[in-house]
Amino acid sequence: MFAYYLQLGLRSLRKNPLLTLLMVLAIGCGVAASMTTYSVFRATSNNPIPDKSSQLFVPQIDNWGPESTQHNKGEPPNAMSYTDAINLMRDKRAKRQTALYPAQMSIVPTDPSMLPFRETSYAWYTDAFAMFDIPMLYGHPWTANEDESHAAVVVIGKELNEKMFNGVNSVGKNINLNGRDYRIVGVADRWNPEPVFYDVTNTNGFDDPIEVFMPFTRAVELQTATNGNNNCSHDPGKGWDSWIRSECVWLGFWAELPTKSEADAYRSYLNGYAAEQQRSGRFRWAPNNRLRNVTEWLEYQKVVPQEAKVSLMVSLGFLLICLVNTVGLLLAKFMRRSSEIGVRRALGAPRKEIYLQFLIEAAAVGLAGGVVGLLLTGLGVMGVSLVFEPDVAKLAKLDLSLVLLTMLVAVLTTVLAAFYPTWRAAQVQPAWQLKSN
Amino acid sequence: MLKMTHLSKVYRTEVVETYALRDFNINVNEGEFVAVTGPSGSGKTTFLTIAGLLETFTGGQYHLDGVEVSNLNDNERSRIRNEKIGFIFQAFNLIPDLNVFDNVEVPLRYRGMKTAERKERIMNALERVGLASRAKHYPAELSGGQQQRVAIARALAGSPRLLLADEPTGNLDTQMARGVMELLEEIHREGATIVMVTHDPELAARAQRNVHIIDGQVVDLAEDPRFHHAVTSARAGSPA
Repeated sequence: MFAYYLQLGLRSLRKNPLLTLLMVLAIGCGVAASMTTYSVFRATSNNPIPDKSSQLFVPQIDNWGPESTQHNKGEPPNAMSYTDAINLMRDKRAKRQTALYPAQMSIVPTDPSMLPFRETSYAWYTDAFAMFDIPMLYGHPWTANEDESHAAVVVIGKELNEKMFNGVNSVGKNINLNGRDYRIVGVADRWNPEPVFYDVTNTNGFDDPIEVFMPFTRAVELQTATNGNNNCSHDPGKGWDSWIRSECVWLGFWAELPTKSEADAYRSYLNGYAAEQQRSGRFRWAPNNRLRNVTEWLEYQKVVPQEAKVSLMVSLGFLLICLVNTVGLLLAKFMRRSSEIGVRRALGAPRKEIYLQFLIEAAAVGLAGGVVGLLLTGLGVMGVSLVFEPDVAKLAKLDLSLVLLTMLVAVLTTVLAAFYPTWRAAQVQPAWQLKSN
Repeated sequence: MLKMTHLSKVYRTEVVETYALRDFNINVNEGEFVAVTGPSGSGKTTFLTIAGLLETFTGGQYHLDGVEVSNLNDNERSRIRNEKIGFIFQAFNLIPDLNVFDNVEVPLRYRGMKTAERKERIMNALERVGLASRAKHYPAELSGGQQQRVAIARALAGSPRLLLADEPTGNLDTQMARGVMELLEEIHREGATIVMVTHDPELAARAQRNVHIIDGQVVDLAEDPRFHHAVTSARAGSPA
């Protein structure tokens, strides 16, 4: 009967093209608005590392004290000082851990015809590759010994490898960064988590993929300045050494703690560490630490832009209005066919068959609305930059999952909207209808 | 085949109760051709809609083909309508968006019949009413008489045990009405049970038996002298 009802539905839609067009446009516009804003919301609220989001933690240590943190409801600074980061790295209380920062790197090509250029570069410890599940195309990350020895090694990204070495395996070759040669030990495959959870404070959650990874120890030894934020509660004084010994916060820190007990133990460790700093006179306040996993950290950092939430809510409201209109149009369409319903009931159609017939017809409307919605969503995704920041807007994509979701939402919401009109249609009393004829 | 005993149908509003049928008794045997007559508002159509399970009744009993129908649910009533009853309406009640073939097919679809059997039954029914060549036409392209023949074909296609006709010639001119009536008589001669509601004494006279209704009750035809005379005259072949 499905094919029969679909055929009847399509015939009925063709019979009233204007009414059909109104319904299809209402659904198409409502779905497109929702899907366009959802595409942004989905990208910004995405779990960037679902398998490990509950195992990776950002420790925060209050090295500024209540006077400086009171404007932020007593929350510790979002980044870490060099002193604390190095102490935590030295203590190695997590399964894996890394301090990290975006480093200023200029790449000097060997080809004299090419000008030096900048790429997104990060300095971190080798543990980061395993912690963040970074896929390797060629070679492997540097070793812990190379971290210790401040080795002049790097891992480069796929795009840089294509740019510099035409995509061939460049492991073992050298690359010149800031005027110094580094040996390439690995080429990472494209890795661009959305949001950029590993460095929310410097990227607001969205940035280009990293193309140069270098040992933290090497970057610090060469006094490579951070390309990110540097916040100080007091004047750090002049020179590199003063700065890294200061309470300025400029480093990210991640710890991998696979189990709850390990996370609890790490919390205790942080409190113990802060208490020790208090005893030593560095901190003049009680321990005030935080330990947030990826999800908690992204939420705390408000990575999902407020306008993404608001626009999604507004567009869902718009979809609701479109559906209410569709309910009215479907009701008019179905009740106009009361005599047909009466005849069908008289000829042996039980109510459930009337339900089926009209819900399938509604699904056909929804399907057509979905196609229109897809076209409009495509346009909407292209125009997202009019509303959102470019970094956020570029995340909106009309991929296969959004295509399927658009069609599914269009059909399901239309069928849902058709329940009341269909119920009314099924209540048509054949005797009254036939008598009135 | 059809037996109603002390059946009543009451329409209730907040202020008044209206008896459409009251202590209504009728027994139609298999193979009979019964005309149900009566003045307007007497309850003829209400009887027919209850007989066709299109409407429920308030009291009494109704046996259709041996089944007491008062407690059946919507599915069961629909199945009986589909399998045992064929309807012929005054206004034809064809679905305008469907062509003749598809209109005749409607009841067979709900029976879950295979395509080949459906097609065979539809074409047989259309041939029987002389409209096989019009299978692809839409109702609006046919005359009133042809539309009623399509409605008869639709009723016959499912081989029902009982044909219920409500003023089947009411919307037709004399010539078309005669053709439809002859077709019904032919169907009856082939063994069908037909209950026809009419207020036309000439049509009533062509049935085997008359059941006359006044104020929702079956009465002796003699209680309506004018109609009785008209029917008797029609049977005798002279004008009333």
